[in-house]
Amino acid sequence: MILEKLIVISDALPYILQGAGITLIIVAGAMVLGLCLGVPFALGQVYGPPLIRGAIGLYVWFFRGVPILILMFLFYFGIFDLLGLNLSPLTTTALVLGMTSAAYQSQLFRGAIQSLPQGQLKAAKALGMSRWQTVSSIVLPQALRMSIPAWSNEYSIILKDSALAYVVGALDMFTRTHFVASRTYEHLTLFMLVGALYFFITVIGVYFLARLEKKLRIPGYTA
Amino acid sequence: MTVPILFARDICVTIGSNEILKNVSLSLPKGSLKVLIGPSGAGKSTFLQTLNHLIPHDSGCLELNGKEINLNNKRELYAYRQQVGMIFQDFNLFDHLNALDNVAIALRKVKGVERQTAHNRAMQELKRVGLEDKATLYPAELSGGQKQRVAIARALAMDPTVLLLDEPTSALDPELIGEVLAVIRDLTRDGLTMVMATHQMDFARALAHEIVFMQDGEIIEQGSPEELLQEGTSSRTRDFCARLVTAIDDKR
Ligand SMILES: Nc1ncnc2c1ncn2[C@@H]1O[C@H](COP(=O)(O)OP(=O)(O)OP(=O)(O)O)[C@@H](O)[C@H]1O
Ligand SMILES: [Mg+2]
Repeated sequence: MILEKLIVISDALPYILQGAGITLIIVAGAMVLGLCLGVPFALGQVYGPPLIRGAIGLYVWFFRGVPILILMFLFYFGIFDLLGLNLSPLTTTALVLGMTSAAYQSQLFRGAIQSLPQGQLKAAKALGMSRWQTVSSIVLPQALRMSIPAWSNEYSIILKDSALAYVVGALDMFTRTHFVASRTYEHLTLFMLVGALYFFITVIGVYFLARLEKKLRIPGYTA
Repeated sequence: MTVPILFARDICVTIGSNEILKNVSLSLPKGSLKVLIGPSGAGKSTFLQTLNHLIPHDSGCLELNGKEINLNNKRELYAYRQQVGMIFQDFNLFDHLNALDNVAIALRKVKGVERQTAHNRAMQELKRVGLEDKATLYPAELSGGQKQRVAIARALAMDPTVLLLDEPTSALDPELIGEVLAVIRDLTRDGLTMVMATHQMDFARALAHEIVFMQDGEIIEQGSPEELLQEGTSSRTRDFCARLVTAIDDKR
């Protein structure tokens, strides 16, 4: 009985672990896209002209307000098609999660940017720094550092959301588990297994981000 | 008469319906130290910040070495600010950089000085303020007096022609004031042109070439410390200082 289950697990494990690779690609893609869009969006919202601020505000509300499941369908069967893009399920999932994460990450960076002491910006100006020099060498190095804890939170959320790749048929960890389960009827065992895998990937990622935070911590600085 | 290094003409600043500076003019000859005094809310900080255009003025103009600065031209403004250093009451060091990099960063980013050269120069300025042994410490690891000296080194590294100091010792514990004033005293001896808002009257009396008394957004009186603070003269400045001394004595 237990042996049977162990055999199912050991048969399925390599296949599911390959899916873990796909899951990680989706998560990494989404995090990076979220970062690459989130930082300029945050800067635009803090320093940009009203029109840009408004546009970014709309973007943020859209992606915060619409369920990811709906976004997945919307982009996979609608928008990407209309744009003439023929994107794979994997790319679609990474893009949708990335665009959603950009909305959240922009708000997290915006908070960090706005919480910087204004005096430092004055000092930078007084030294003759341009707006861009101030942002790149004073604002961002501090704001990004401050954002790491919230960023590791974002990581665990995206990781779990990545299971939605199932609805467009990307062969991620969860989709593969589901395939095996419907063939073997070992639902309970397999879903417990995949749940544990998500848990471990979360823990490992959060651990490394905490290490990074510690490594980048400013000596003597407690805030 | 020689052209002043920095000349501010008829500076007016209004915020909302509040006239904060009313036609304030100031002329800074080379090598002079002018000390700005006056009650809280007089507009000293505002005036100092209009001098490097951190606060824009509504009317008036700024001249450096006899040449009016076109403040609408970004390049000209940034170049002007490099010439006019500023020291703040609460230091405003960059928290993520150690003392050396705090001093070196503007050299590298603004002046485009190469990294090693910038570090050498920064080290030289830290030595000048007596902090060469603190170069690798971060702002959070420095005392108030040390932070302010790093801030001074940071400003000096840009080779300013004028230095503005806004109550550089007001945020310091009494026992740390001396070390900062000593650095500023050395700067006057080196002939740096400075404007400094302060409540340190002994310092002003001893070193200022001119004391400028401000109240309600206007310059009420200006003159040498002898003229304004001499026993027996009756000046608004003297009254103010007398009250300042009493207030400080009361606090003790
Ligand atoms: N951002 C602002 N908005 C509106 N009013 C302001 C602003 N900044 C300063 N003021 C007002 O301008 C006046 C001058 O302020 P300022 O800080 O220049 O005075 P100060 O002489 O430096 O005083 P202190 O000795 O307390 O530093 C005050 O009445 C203040 O309330
Ligand atoms: Mg002030």
